[in-house]
Amino acid sequence: MIGRLLPLLLFLLLGALLAVGLTLSDRKTDLPSPLIGKEIPDFRLPLLGREIETVSQADLIGEPFLLNVWASWCVTCRVEHPVIKALAESGKIRVIGLNYRDARQDALAWLEQYGNPYALNLADTSGRTAIDFGVYAAPESFLVDATGRILYKQIGALTPDVIQNEILPRLQPTGDSP
Amino acid sequence: MIRLMPLLFLGLVLVTPMQAAEPLVFDDPAQEARYQELTGELRCAVCQNQSLADSDAPLAQDLRAEIHKMMMSGRSNEEIKTFLVDRYGDFVLYSPDVGGNTLALWALPFALLLGGALVIVFAIRRRKQLPAAADEERFD
Repeated sequence: MIGRLLPLLLFLLLGALLAVGLTLSDRKTDLPSPLIGKEIPDFRLPLLGREIETVSQADLIGEPFLLNVWASWCVTCRVEHPVIKALAESGKIRVIGLNYRDARQDALAWLEQYGNPYALNLADTSGRTAIDFGVYAAPESFLVDATGRILYKQIGALTPDVIQNEILPRLQPTGDSP
Repeated sequence: MIRLMPLLFLGLVLVTPMQAAEPLVFDDPAQEARYQELTGELRCAVCQNQSLADSDAPLAQDLRAEIHKMMMSGRSNEEIKTFLVDRYGDFVLYSPDVGGNTLALWALPFALLLGGALVIVFAIRRRKQLPAAADEERFD
């Protein structure tokens, strides 16, 4: 009897797999980062606006920070910006900008117009450092702990929900309140 | 005035910045062939249904330039693939390495094929066991 039902059961199984696949496909364009848990890559980049000064990854390690990848040509970054500003203003974590494949004047004008909440901005004009971070879209954000390890990567705009559910809990792993 | 429209349009097109990729220089045709093959085998993370060779995305341009640079400095295909997988994950390879989490991906099509074949075998066997008279009855 089961033999007769077998094709039907297999079909239902495939149907179930399809249903699961379709529901998962909502965020299927998000690539999981292989850098989670690893130390940030080596780099040396000029400071946006003060290019005579350069910053390396060693200079940033010591205190946790959120690395926000943005550009003046990136429309979603504009949408995200108030959330970044609010996070920086809350004082919970310092926000460092990675200005991705941007022109100096455009980037500075953008910050002038929309506000500059960044502790500092790294000018990655060629985008080569961004490749080392596995950046493939803007905006992207990386949560980095005090030892320089990447704890979390956000692809697309940061939202208050993500900050609440993914960023803040990782800042206080022991569950102690500040 | 209307006669000037085509000219104005042409002017507009010419002023629009066209990002033509600089032609890449290779040591020999074999190396160029290797470059074409490799970039055809890698997936673009931005335009995810295109290969790195086909995609026009700025990131694809950057990565092609990087791959070219790595080839010129003597890196092997394996080293280049590792470089990309370390940063972007298995996704960039159309053929992910067999192992760990990709085992199910590789094994499942064969498992399903085998399962389907078994079903057919059993179905044929059962039909052969039915007496010929029963078959004839059905066509009354």
